[in-house]
Amino acid sequence: MIKVEEKLFQNRYRVDAGRPHVNIRQPDVCAHECKTQQCTVCCPAGCYTLEGNGRVVLISDGCLECGTCRIICDEHRNVDWEYPRGGYGILFKFG
Amino acid sequence: MSEKFDAIVVGAGPSGNAAAFTLAKAGLNVLQLERGESAGSKNVQGAILYADALERMIPDFRDSAPLERHIIEQRMWVMDDDSFIGTHYRSEGFNKEPYNRYTIIRAQFDKWFSGKVQEAGALLVCETTVTSLLRDDKNRVVGVQVDREGGTIYADVVILADGVNSLLAKKADFHPELEPKNVALAVKEIHFMPQEVLQERFNIGEEEGVVIELFGKITNGMMGTGFLYTNKESIAIGVGCMLSDFKDQQTTPYALLEQLKEHPSIKPLLAGGEMKEYTAHLIPEGGYKAIPKIYGDGWMIVGDSGMFVNAVHREGSNLAMTTGRLAAETVIEMKTAGKDMTSANLAEYRKKLDESFVIKDLKKYQEMPEIFHHNRQFFTTYPELVNRSAHNMLHVDGVDKKTKEREIFSSFKQKRSLFGLMGDAYKLWRAFR
Repeated sequence: MIKVEEKLFQNRYRVDAGRPHVNIRQPDVCAHECKTQQCTVCCPAGCYTLEGNGRVVLISDGCLECGTCRIICDEHRNVDWEYPRGGYGILFKFG
Repeated sequence: MSEKFDAIVVGAGPSGNAAAFTLAKAGLNVLQLERGESAGSKNVQGAILYADALERMIPDFRDSAPLERHIIEQRMWVMDDDSFIGTHYRSEGFNKEPYNRYTIIRAQFDKWFSGKVQEAGALLVCETTVTSLLRDDKNRVVGVQVDREGGTIYADVVILADGVNSLLAKKADFHPELEPKNVALAVKEIHFMPQEVLQERFNIGEEEGVVIELFGKITNGMMGTGFLYTNKESIAIGVGCMLSDFKDQQTTPYALLEQLKEHPSIKPLLAGGEMKEYTAHLIPEGGYKAIPKIYGDGWMIVGDSGMFVNAVHREGSNLAMTTGRLAAETVIEMKTAGKDMTSANLAEYRKKLDESFVIKDLKKYQEMPEIFHHNRQFFTTYPELVNRSAHNMLHVDGVDKKTKEREIFSSFKQKRSLFGLMGDAYKLWRAFR
């Protein structure tokens, strides 16, 4: 199993502590209404993890700001997605 | 900040820089807003720069732009699990100045381009996210709201160059949310290694570069492709598939990339390299039919935000720069003629685009996304069949060639039926003609 954390470790971030720019709107919808929970598969930074109790937990610190989660959640529209405040988030060294 | 500008450009990628540069050079009062700490710090690409689009704005860009290598060889590899069959096109013609294509590192290139924009006289403000567009009582766009205190800024026209995730355009109802079938998700790594090692490995000189486009079984049946580009002292390797396909399966994007890096034809090319960054990016690949309305009262859309990517030929930044430039030229014309930035007047932008290679190319391939969406055999069965046919023919084992030919033909028929084969050939011909 590949650890995405090892990849993200190479990246540079300025985390806006306590102000995540992506949020799950209603966690209960992920747990009970979403059958596929594909955010846990598709996010290229592994920000979404599926807990044992069927809940989806989002930690957006490693977010690459690609927008995937927002777009694939097209059935429930349960992701609040904004850009980080100016200057925060991922800072690509090479891009 | 309650100053009023002639134009506000949101974003400092290729399209935003092209627009701001063209406007500023014509003497307009331009404000450019960038959410990253500097131009390029939020931007991701493969990355290939096509000289032409930039050359039309900055003819002597080669003197100062941070370019990695000019491309002299293009390889296309059709991959099976442990083999590839492919073509290489290498030409001394590509080794003559002025060079046509270069590999670049976007963080460096965008910063350089942004420098040119500022030299031309535009005001760039970084670390500033535009949160919404301002409208007047007639619903015309008259400026932007930014995430800084008192951040209300006015302008005659706002050019959205804010990339594939154009939240601004979506919030303003210029177009609906992106659909998974119209965007590809690509992930990429950059691997550093000594320049000499890289040059020996790819059989190239100091400034020369190689591009490898990859498709076939590396995408696990998803509609997508991979790539490997040589930079000065690094290799960019990535893979991307349609988001609708990623959504329907269980492989993570990073696992797909690992799998590609482990392919026996790729692994030796990366050997000894040091991975220094991992990136992900959406590519708007919906093509002609997915282009939204790109102008209105007081606003225009350029670059990725307007779906301006030619997925078939892997062109994007040149479409971005061209749309940025043409939008700016439209604004300049209106300004010079003393006309308002109304939807009717800005329609000239779309007319200019229709006459350019941008719309002509996208129109040419408008059926392509549909065809590939519905015909997975192009990513699975065919790559497998052609690879195995090559293996069969080249593997010397006492079986005569005629028998081998028969075996190959029957394996094609078995997997895809004669009717299917002819149908696929027709579909491809129609899509590419």
